[in-house]
Amino acid sequence: MADVVAAPEALRVVGRAVPRHDARDKAVAATAYAADWALPGMLHAAVLRSPYPSARIVKLDTARAAAMPGVAVVLTARDVPRNTLATDVPGQTATVGPLRATLHVLAEDRVRHQGEPVALVAAETLELARAAVEAIDVAYERTPGVFTPEAALAPGAPQVHAAGNLLAQWRIARGDVAAALAGAAVVVEGEYTTQLVDAAYLEPESGVAWIDSDGVITIRVSTQVIEHFRDVAEVLRVPQNRVRVIGTYLGGGFGGKEDVTVEVYLGLLALKTGRPVKMVWTRQESLLARAKRHPYRMRYRTGATAAGEILGQQIELLGDAGAYAYLSALVLLYSTVTAAGPYRVPSVEVQARVAYTNNPPTSAMRGFGGMQTVFAYESQMDRVARALGMDAVEIRRINALRRGDRLPVGQVIETHVALPELCERVWAALEPPTPPRAPHVRVGLGLACNLQPYGRIVWLHDWSSAWVGFEMDGSLVVRCGVPDVGGGQASSLCQIAAEVLGVSLERVSVHIADSALTPLAGTTTASRQLYMSGNAVLKASRELREQLLRVAETMLGAEAATLAMTGDLVHAPDGRTLALPDLLRECARAGVPRGHLAVYNAPAGEPVDLATGSGKVFPDYTYGAHAAEVEVDTETGVVRVLRYAAAHDVGRAINPQSVEGQIQGGAVQGLGYGCMEEVLVEDGINLTTSFATYLIPTAADVPDVEPVIVESGEGLGPFNARGIGEPPIGPPAAAVANAIADATGARLTRLPITAERVARALGRLDGTN
Amino acid sequence: MIARMVLNGRSRQVDVRPEHTLLETLRDTLGIFDVKEGCGEGVCGACTVLLDGRPVSSCLVLAPAVRGRAVTTLRGLERDGGLHPLQEAFVRHGAVQCGFCTPGMLLTALAFLEREPRPDREAIRAALEGNLCRCTGYTKIVDAVEAYARDRGHG
Repeated sequence: MADVVAAPEALRVVGRAVPRHDARDKAVAATAYAADWALPGMLHAAVLRSPYPSARIVKLDTARAAAMPGVAVVLTARDVPRNTLATDVPGQTATVGPLRATLHVLAEDRVRHQGEPVALVAAETLELARAAVEAIDVAYERTPGVFTPEAALAPGAPQVHAAGNLLAQWRIARGDVAAALAGAAVVVEGEYTTQLVDAAYLEPESGVAWIDSDGVITIRVSTQVIEHFRDVAEVLRVPQNRVRVIGTYLGGGFGGKEDVTVEVYLGLLALKTGRPVKMVWTRQESLLARAKRHPYRMRYRTGATAAGEILGQQIELLGDAGAYAYLSALVLLYSTVTAAGPYRVPSVEVQARVAYTNNPPTSAMRGFGGMQTVFAYESQMDRVARALGMDAVEIRRINALRRGDRLPVGQVIETHVALPELCERVWAALEPPTPPRAPHVRVGLGLACNLQPYGRIVWLHDWSSAWVGFEMDGSLVVRCGVPDVGGGQASSLCQIAAEVLGVSLERVSVHIADSALTPLAGTTTASRQLYMSGNAVLKASRELREQLLRVAETMLGAEAATLAMTGDLVHAPDGRTLALPDLLRECARAGVPRGHLAVYNAPAGEPVDLATGSGKVFPDYTYGAHAAEVEVDTETGVVRVLRYAAAHDVGRAINPQSVEGQIQGGAVQGLGYGCMEEVLVEDGINLTTSFATYLIPTAADVPDVEPVIVESGEGLGPFNARGIGEPPIGPPAAAVANAIADATGARLTRLPITAERVARALGRLDGTN
Repeated sequence: MIARMVLNGRSRQVDVRPEHTLLETLRDTLGIFDVKEGCGEGVCGACTVLLDGRPVSSCLVLAPAVRGRAVTTLRGLERDGGLHPLQEAFVRHGAVQCGFCTPGMLLTALAFLEREPRPDREAIRAALEGNLCRCTGYTKIVDAVEAYARDRGHG
């Protein structure tokens, strides 16, 4: 039974692979990133951080540092008007209770992880600021820590926080899993381990703050969330309208600039000194201090019929939150909801927990909990197929979700699921197979699929707003609070406005990410900006168009519904045209606004009890299928990815070049996760705080990624687009693991898949993989 | 100390602090922000400049060592206010996302193409190994460099 989708409407600007305006600026280095900013009389700031993962602060004396010539101020927790940042997490279960995720701006009496901020300094030069940090007299008394989630949840474990080490827990129980597994022709069991990784954007955390002439504390910062102006105001105890955050074009974010980074420190230091202040973290500081991706341990039992239909899945997830809650409860929720993959599984049980430890904190990173589980559920799928002698595409085709099916959490899938087509397309892209280049080299193919939500959880009642308006000369202005992390967020909005209002792309200017001057658009996270702000711009543009055409109707003597806007003109059906400046002058004369503000509200709902739930958790999902061809050197264990293809149904590609960029870039980040990257932590001490030790893929480590764009015409975004920011990072680790199994029969269950682990799995080294 | 250097084609007297790196002199003393700092230890390539035509990590070069030498940053590629054809290729092929690696990537690629005018994709990848990019996955960067080399060859 084919699921029929509509043919896309013909469009003029949307759907074209136009080069982005910001790409040109960046290619000539005209873009001023957060650190490329200086003001007269500017101070430089530095942070004192804990060297220990668990300790009491027994002495903290700043007198000597503060007395140094050139030091403007030294701040500790006592100097912070409100030292706690807090976020409520709705929908948490009774076991843990209502969760309020809190974080101290500066440590009070205890430090809970290495790198925790203890004091701030602002001084005339960066060298002086660093010297003053060294001169702060601080003494710690080390206390017992806990360094794995298993140890954290064991009886008698040292408590990271007074309320206990279990931070959050989610549970899904749908159908009778025990019966399903008992009745299955094949049951596959697997345990999977994923590692701690870093977002590792090229641009470290940075910003400049100043008190503007109107007294407003203004912070120009690299952030995915300009709405943190409210957090800064809370900490400073000033009204929210006295803080302004200007978001710069980011040098990458990937979730790592979703929580606050430097903005609260900058606000404090500017307020205390009255002078402009700059803070730029070093790479080492960034790798030490920033929240990372949760390591998980996952246990899966999957049962299927002899024909390959999945009957049931029993899933246990355990994540490491590190020392503070940040967004861990929500990350775990994403994992819980997506744990069974993009498949129809009648009986599912998920037990998911995340625990505090004294490790580096973990929070948002591209994929946001929808990531770790892909490695597990797609490895399981591959194992089931191999156990039954089935083809990788066939087993996924049989089990793929379809419109009308329910996820384990009970949410009904309301849009088309193109999974079978995606699988066939990537599988075909890797034909014909590469012959092995030596007798000890084996070549294999692996397939992996995923689903990733786009848009925020429905009970967060998400919205975005945008203003679109004409200048008198017919040039167009878009104002929208969206931070651009490099994915083309701003330029896509220009395409949408240009499409609706019939102006050429060159005639559009876009102003973004200013909490005082642009309508707020929410966070650039959760693959939501094209969906949310794209819809806000679409709505504003359409309503503005109607407004203007009512005036044109009188001028042209033809009904508004018959008028077209293209080529910077309004066209009447009889061939007459009206130039935009003439129309706009008439609007000004008649008092008709030439601009329009619109708010887009996402579908909203109340929190569901997952365990018994049949409610909606996310607005919709984006689906993908990736295929990898790898060669395995059976003597050394070295794995090389020879070819790679990645397909996603994006509903409608607003800018195919940007979509391809997201797919290719996400796939390579995913290959880094699968094969290379690991933050090594020993008893809470981070051993990989430089790019010489924390390795991300170089151009020579990865192959070309062949992007396959499928446009089903079904999505909740503008012109039926789906979000594509996060989805492509999900499948690569599983695709590589499945390809290694295809090549050698060895099953790798621990990330990253290093040569050493492969060699062990092949019996070339002693020990386990 | 005052050091004379040729900066983007023009001879300049620069006040150089002996403990500064070339990167610090460019950004902090001269306000030349087209050079980016990504790691401060010569791994990421974001701070790449051309020193007498050869790509170097400016975070690893002590500023006084540049006395009497020629330094080219990305701005030095401008041609009558227009884009260099390699910059155009980067824009056209979607090789720029966040753009933070772009200045260093362009300079490394240009210096490489001086040595090897008609490289294959594998050679391009090897040449760019010292310039990290976290956004693009490199495919479109290789596309841009390859297209520029090909078009220039025909031109």
